[in-house]
Amino acid sequence: MSEKTIICRCEDLSVEEIRDWIDKGYRSFDEIKRISRIGMGACQGRTCRRHLVMELARASGKDPSEIDLATFRPPTKPINFGAIAGVDQDA
Amino acid sequence: MRKTADVVIIGGGSLGCSTAYNLARFGVDKIVVLEKGYICGGSTGRCAAGIRQQWGTEMNCLISRYSIKHFEVMNEELAYDGDVEFIQNGYMMVTYSDAEAAMLKNNLILHKKLGIPVQFLSIEDVKEIVPAINTERIVASTICMEDGQANPFKVTDAYFRAAERMGVEFNTYTEVTGFQVQGGRIEKVITNQGEISAPVVINATGPYAKFISQMLGHELPVEPERHQIVVTEPLEPFLKPMLVNFHHKTYCQQVVNGSMLIGFGDADEPKGINYNCSWQFLKNLSEKIIEQIPIMKNVNIIRQWAGHYGISPDGQPVLGPVPEVEGYFLALGCGKGFMLSPMIGELIAQCVTGRETTLPIDILSIDRFKKGELIVEPAVV
Ligand SMILES: Cc1cc2nc3c(=O)[nH]c(=O)nc-3n(C[C@H](O)[C@H](O)[C@H](O)COP(=O)(O)OP(=O)(O)OC[C@H]3O[C@@H](n4cnc5c(N)ncnc54)[C@H](O)[C@@H]3O)c2cc1C
Repeated sequence: MSEKTIICRCEDLSVEEIRDWIDKGYRSFDEIKRISRIGMGACQGRTCRRHLVMELARASGKDPSEIDLATFRPPTKPINFGAIAGVDQDA
Repeated sequence: MRKTADVVIIGGGSLGCSTAYNLARFGVDKIVVLEKGYICGGSTGRCAAGIRQQWGTEMNCLISRYSIKHFEVMNEELAYDGDVEFIQNGYMMVTYSDAEAAMLKNNLILHKKLGIPVQFLSIEDVKEIVPAINTERIVASTICMEDGQANPFKVTDAYFRAAERMGVEFNTYTEVTGFQVQGGRIEKVITNQGEISAPVVINATGPYAKFISQMLGHELPVEPERHQIVVTEPLEPFLKPMLVNFHHKTYCQQVVNGSMLIGFGDADEPKGINYNCSWQFLKNLSEKIIEQIPIMKNVNIIRQWAGHYGISPDGQPVLGPVPEVEGYFLALGCGKGFMLSPMIGELIAQCVTGRETTLPIDILSIDRFKKGELIVEPAVV
């Protein structure tokens, strides 16, 4: 993985950008998520989550299993307002 | 962590960080911020980040008006190396009833008096500004194009970094658990990371404020109230202003990346801390938003979350000293703390350092509840 590799495709963030935030002192998953928007996009962190955990583990010398993840929130998959309200949606 | 400080601020949200910066600006030497989690991990990091002057009480209008002047120059004022993303796309207020229309008219008189540029909109105006809105039930609408939004993480980060550069000590993952009080005066703050002596303590814990007061034997009538919100997939820009609907108690805003932030205030929400999300909220919200903007039925929600307002009995901030405990000050925004944070930080710093305050904050002192001098804010959602 090069420094320029995109690790969050929804928010277009590279490894380098994430390492910059870690260097600036942001040390937890939630802190980096809030300041950089990593994992906040449409896929809600399906790909980037693992990569961010690895970066945080590397920077802190911890095992990846010791890194706290951001809270999982509903909906598990994107769902539209019409489906929830029970109205017809356009095709 | 320092063993002594001139001022301890509890809470690292928008208000704690702004207060820290302003105290440093006024030359206070040893300032320490204690945050039980991380910076911006509380309500500030969960809010909709709308910024409006269209309130119904003079103080709410004035504090937000002065705050907007700070937001307009915030990147420069705080020498921020990022962007706080302040955008003035306006707030559009909409009502379906004559009673609420009368409230908007009353507010407008106040806004005129204070020089806030608010305009009445005809139904045609509403349609022109946001063609996607269903205007069927709209009775009245106002807009203020100076209102807008900012990025709450960046605003708090900007205050935090400016304060840190000026020598403020920030201690994260440090929870206040008690105090040592002698003869009615605060002497020490006790945390899970040790103790710190300080003559002045500022409570900027937002929805947790009453728990800090409880540790001091002080009764604070500011209750935590859960507010839920959703964010959608990004859409092409179609909603410029923040849309506030007083009938549905909703707010709906398209943010910089095209996503929509939508929430509503639930009148039946029990008081207390609760970070869970409910299905009922999602269902009610979906019905409310589809009535207002029918095309929303096809839009995907990607996340729902919850945070809290700290609700005061009259919906206005609670600021300044607590007479019963010497050295104890409140910096509570009460449901609109983010948008008011630039000015509340300044006012509290002025008050603590014995300066004249830019605005008469006595009106918002805790005393008003005992004296029964409540001026209820009508324009909340
Ligand atoms: C869904 C939602 C939408 C909102 N929309 C808007 C909006 O559009 N515009 C607006 O202006 N406002 C809005 N608000 C309100 C706004 O979020 C709050 O008024 C504001 O963020 C309060 O800021 P604060 O700094 O006082 O509190 P917070 O950001 O909550 O910070 C308080 C901090 O204190 C810490 N703390 C608590 N107890 C302790 C302790 N014992 N020891 C140490 N630290 C402690 C917490 O961890 C927290 O980080 C909204 C709120 C919600 C939930």
